[in-house]
Amino acid sequence: MNRIAIKMLVGDRAKYIGIIVGLTFASLLITQQASIFIGLMTRTYGAVSANGLADIWIMDENVRFFDDVKPMSDMLLQRTRGVPGVAWAVPFYRNILNCRMANGKVQHVNLNGLDDGTLIGGPPEMVVGSLSDLRRADSIIVDETGAARELARPAREPGGPSVPLAVGDVIEINDHRATVVGICRTVRSFQWGPQVYTTYSRAVSFAPPQRKSMSFILVKAKPGQSVPDLCQSLRGVTGLEARTQREFEKEIYDYFYYYTGIPINFGIAVILGFIVGTAIAGQTFYNFTLDNLKHFGALKAMGASNGMLLRMILLQSAVVGFIGYGLGVGIASLFGLLIADSELAFRLPWWLLLVSALSVGVICMLSAGISILKVVRLEPAIVFKG
Amino acid sequence: MDPAPVPAPIERPHEDEIDIAVHCSDVMKAYGAGNTRVLALRGVDLNVRTGEMLMLVGPSGCGKTTLISVIAGILDQDAGECLVFGEDFRRMRTRDKTHWRGRNIGFVFQSFNLLPTLTAVENVAVPLLIQHQPRAMAMARASALLERVGLKERLRSLPSQLSGGQQQRVAIARALVHGPRLIVCDEPTSALDHETGSSVMGLLREIARGENRALVIVTHDARIFPYADRLAQMDDGRIKSISAGQGAAPPQGTHP
Repeated sequence: MNRIAIKMLVGDRAKYIGIIVGLTFASLLITQQASIFIGLMTRTYGAVSANGLADIWIMDENVRFFDDVKPMSDMLLQRTRGVPGVAWAVPFYRNILNCRMANGKVQHVNLNGLDDGTLIGGPPEMVVGSLSDLRRADSIIVDETGAARELARPAREPGGPSVPLAVGDVIEINDHRATVVGICRTVRSFQWGPQVYTTYSRAVSFAPPQRKSMSFILVKAKPGQSVPDLCQSLRGVTGLEARTQREFEKEIYDYFYYYTGIPINFGIAVILGFIVGTAIAGQTFYNFTLDNLKHFGALKAMGASNGMLLRMILLQSAVVGFIGYGLGVGIASLFGLLIADSELAFRLPWWLLLVSALSVGVICMLSAGISILKVVRLEPAIVFKG
Repeated sequence: MDPAPVPAPIERPHEDEIDIAVHCSDVMKAYGAGNTRVLALRGVDLNVRTGEMLMLVGPSGCGKTTLISVIAGILDQDAGECLVFGEDFRRMRTRDKTHWRGRNIGFVFQSFNLLPTLTAVENVAVPLLIQHQPRAMAMARASALLERVGLKERLRSLPSQLSGGQQQRVAIARALVHGPRLIVCDEPTSALDHETGSSVMGLLREIARGENRALVIVTHDARIFPYADRLAQMDDGRIKSISAGQGAAPPQGTHP
């Protein structure tokens, strides 16, 4: 009877396609919106993830995310270096400063100050120049996206394309001369605006004078040293918060998750996809069942049990669910591939495929359930009613 | 298709071979409750013999469809007794009743009720597939049945590609494919022209007589009355009279 169930399903082309479109839409919306949400949330701690050398981040206990900087005294760095189990500890500066462009416009930039000696905390990939070029006077490294967009020089002729900032160009950061010595590629993060890297001391000199200037201390544990134990020791010695990289990432994730409207907005889109998918697929599937009610009645009269009809409907539901899910996830994946090199956030982990499959499965079960109820309650005597 | 105005009588089974296929005694059935309660059957007494074609006739709303539904085991009577080959459906569990019906009763519906997306041979094979018979065997038997009803060349045709008469022949083949002992037909010729209807009735009578099955036919179509062995005239939920048809000599003995 399985073959008959399938032929009944695919024979009604309009409804068959309608059900699949509904499920594809639901699967696509659930997968794509959730992928964008996960992509965005991953970016919230992208700057931390990109800095893979440090095991521990030390910061003020009130810091909730990467740009929530609460400056610390530089003397804490020496105290940190004196804690047993610390292989090295370097300062990291983070601030948002104004940058005056060649055309006089002012642009915010994210200034990252790297330890003068080791340059730890630098960008993961250089496009032009090298990280060590930061040892030159007034030097800065700019990320390629920022160089091509916000920091780009005006067009050479009216209406022409702007000219990307290049090595050798000079800009002003907070009224301080800065020379571009390199272009880098950064991990996409949640922070907007160009990323600018320089040494820690130069970054401090760029910024307005402050009593405290250090944003983070990056710590590497000695080999064999328990990182959680070291965190505990560092908290005790410095009186600051010491978080492993994973803990800091989670802290940032949780902040954006609980204190921003991002999850709600995307959650609404996902729920909407689920509801609309259920409505379209469920309604069409139910109509398909209603149209075939007389045939189900005839099958019942001819000896088909409720169990047999239930299996037929479940099979029909599973077939459209499988196809709809495949198409939806396929389109979502294609979308992800197409935007891979763009600024758009998209991350499709394997478990999201399972979540999407589960959601489509629930939609199919709901759709089939309504139809099954109708068929199970169907009196076979309907076949004699004209 | 050859016209078959009134068929010649076919030799009846010997008296000793006559068995009771359906026995209804004081069958009552009501729909609704309270003020809306309608008595559809008001004490029906009826016997149908194997090898017999009995037609239930009467005006609309007289209870024909209800009676045939009770006889076919797809509707339970409220009171009275209805035995089909000695089996009382009311004593069976729903599941057993469904299986028994699938094995022993064939259906021919007014609007054929062929599955539109299945070919003729697949439609005919459905009752065997319901009984979990192997597909190859089911298709072979279905093909043989279609050949027997004159549709050898239309095995792979969809119902929409067949004429009304051909569709009804497919439906008849479907009703026979699993070798049922009782066949119930609901207005089998109402959607057919006279010539096609005669041909279908000839086929049904041959099936009833030739294989010693029982046929119960609900019809309004007076043109096919001559094919009946007996005509049961119903009115207001009761059988008013039973008369011998022209399909055979009047049955022996007393009948309700």
